Amino acid sequence: MIAEAGSFALILALALSVAQVGLSATARWKRSAVLAGAGEGAALAAFLSVAVAFAALMHAFVTSDFSVANVAANSHSEKPLLYRVAGTWGSHEGSMLLWCLALTGFGAAAAGLGRGLPRGLRAVTVATQGLLGVVFLAYTVFASNPLARLTQVPIEGRSLNPLLQDPALAVHPPFLYAGYVGMSVVFSFAVAALVEGRVDAAWARWVRPWTLAAWSFLTVGIMLGSFWAYYELGWGGWWFWDPVENASFMPWLIAAALLHSAVVTEKRGALPGWTVFLALAGFTFSMLGAFLVRSGVLTSVHAFAVDPTRGVLLLMILGVTAGLGFALFAWRAPSLPQGGVFAPVSRESALVLNNILLTAATATVLLGTLFPLIREAATGEAISVGPPYFNLTFTPLMTALMILLPVGPLLAWKRGDAMGSGRRLWWAFAAAVAIGWVVFAAIAPRHGLGAAGVAMGAWLIAGALAEIIERVRLFRAPGRESWRRLWGLPRGAWGMTLAHLGLGVFVLGAVFEVTWKVEAAEALPVGGSLDVGAYHVTLERIDGVEGPNYEAERGLVSVTKDGQPVCTAQPERRLYPAGGQTTSEVGLCYRGMSHIYLVLGERRDAAGQPVWLVRAYWNPWATLIFVGPLIMALGGLVSLSDRRLRLGVARKEAPKGAGA
Amino acid sequence: MRLRALLAIAFGALSIAAASDPAERLPDPAQEARAREIFRDVRCLVCQNESIDDSEAELAKDLRALVREQVAAGKSEGEVKQFLTQRYGEFVLLTPSFNAWNLALWIGPFVVVLAGIALLLMRLRARGPEPELSEEETRRLKKIADPETR
Repeated sequence: MIAEAGSFALILALALSVAQVGLSATARWKRSAVLAGAGEGAALAAFLSVAVAFAALMHAFVTSDFSVANVAANSHSEKPLLYRVAGTWGSHEGSMLLWCLALTGFGAAAAGLGRGLPRGLRAVTVATQGLLGVVFLAYTVFASNPLARLTQVPIEGRSLNPLLQDPALAVHPPFLYAGYVGMSVVFSFAVAALVEGRVDAAWARWVRPWTLAAWSFLTVGIMLGSFWAYYELGWGGWWFWDPVENASFMPWLIAAALLHSAVVTEKRGALPGWTVFLALAGFTFSMLGAFLVRSGVLTSVHAFAVDPTRGVLLLMILGVTAGLGFALFAWRAPSLPQGGVFAPVSRESALVLNNILLTAATATVLLGTLFPLIREAATGEAISVGPPYFNLTFTPLMTALMILLPVGPLLAWKRGDAMGSGRRLWWAFAAAVAIGWVVFAAIAPRHGLGAAGVAMGAWLIAGALAEIIERVRLFRAPGRESWRRLWGLPRGAWGMTLAHLGLGVFVLGAVFEVTWKVEAAEALPVGGSLDVGAYHVTLERIDGVEGPNYEAERGLVSVTKDGQPVCTAQPERRLYPAGGQTTSEVGLCYRGMSHIYLVLGERRDAAGQPVWLVRAYWNPWATLIFVGPLIMALGGLVSLSDRRLRLGVARKEAPKGAGA
Repeated sequence: MRLRALLAIAFGALSIAAASDPAERLPDPAQEARAREIFRDVRCLVCQNESIDDSEAELAKDLRALVREQVAAGKSEGEVKQFLTQRYGEFVLLTPSFNAWNLALWIGPFVVVLAGIALLLMRLRARGPEPELSEEETRRLKKIADPETR
């Protein structure tokens, strides 16, 4: 009964979205405030309807109602509650429903929070967001109904892939989708700006908070996925340049570029066309990601690869939606104003360089992901594009970006003073070089590239601090004045500093982990031991463990250094009888920012005695790889709380113009 | 990442940097290190996007044995890779080769950078320096700025 109510709510949401498009578009045409209000009401109602459908699906998962096909295929009654809840978005159908929930949720938020916007712009935004809702809801209702019933009800479900039964992965999709779909509001804003012919400072300021929110969510979502891969897959790696990872990374790069170009449009009125282009591109890449992950074009085996028909439908949605957006762009962009003038050395130029490099980085990821397809279609020959390609192309681009990064914020708008900025940054540069040198000299084995990478991370962190020091005029103004300025800094400035600092922290962690990681593996009997780096690892015991829905062998592993006990860990090897799969639970020992990473492998027989394959990694500074992105996302949120970015306030302050 | 998870399951076991298995190792640590270096660039042909360094699939194990054999026989990295390419096609290497077909792949990113910089320079040049104020504008500006005339 509840599932039927959910199905009904989903169809209702589709009807409401159609109404939303009709009402808001007519409101724009007739310039009617009443119809516009009705359109916004429809947006809110559509969101509530999808929320009801979502709650119905979650109810079916929590109560293990196996008469619902999706639940029977993806859940199991013995599964812990958290994973039954998370099962709601663990399948293709459920994740599309989550997508629709986010889409209508952002639509309702845009309708509700847009009170400061000009009426026309607001109506077209709500109408466009409604149109996106119609397309994706129609797909969900007609091609991928998550609440469809089975005529023959199974007694037990087929369970969720056990690797996905993990706390980080349970919350990973909501963050990721909030990020993916958050870009839809930006897309709708761009369409509205093109329809209205209005791309100015005010428009750029309205776009920024949505981009910031989407980018922050995406950052956390990608980080969670990466962390999960790190400790759950047992490879010890955290980024594989897998097509599925790339699919989420491309919208992130575009959103990062958009954040920077929107600043130029807001503060200086320059690059309006480019900013609109990026705003359209962001959600286009989100949709491309949704398509790549679900269509199975890139990979013959995939968790979401259900059937090609759905892939074709998603490709059509992508083509039509993005195609219309960019056609509108091609038609209207030439009439956009050109914007302000700036000198070669200026904040504008630095931000343009940032955009060139981020766009090129996106192009690299796109090429690397799609080129094998193109090549095979063109020549019939299959090739592989793996991590070495990205290391040779993506990494140099990012290196160039990071060398330039600290300089940009210290340049003045319009015409900057290169020498002056250099004087303010020399100590940051000196500190970075010194740190790099110390690392090169002190850390064995010696590694020039690794040391250079550490210097780069230090340069980013010191550069971010230099920017704050410059703003508060530390040592140049009286102490009290600096203190007053520190408290008076806008949240946006803190947000930027945090985001840039977080990137530096990430670089430090990534460079350390990749360069100085140590691996050891041995087949050990109980009581046997191996050495990894400075640590001595002993397999103390093996226990049989009975979990809620699995059976496991759990090792007790003790770690010592110079004879002193350091820690113990309990890596597991689990068997899930429901699906007949084996997984590994990594044992992690945290030593400050570094990890000792322990994996229990298969049992073997050596001369009649059982031995276990034990793998140990020393991953120096690995924690920073995940803390860095968290700091970046925090920077996004702090920036989001800036008064100037609140929609209502923006209108009241607009006549005064934007202060730096 | 889900893909890898699924692949791991498809082969019934979780791959854990399979190449480090002590049972497979070469006795000479220097040769073993060289073999591992090569593994990272060789694709496990039956698993969509994994190197043979990571994969526990049977085929990956066979390929590792093959590479180790060649390394032990004193073959260079280039020779081993050439041997593998002749046998399995370009698909087996994770680094696409630099040839006419793959030109777009390799230079594409840098073309984007150059095009972007060219556009930036064109824009900077087309605008030139900011125009000076006309006499009329100077007079009006003076009037606005002068507190006595306000």
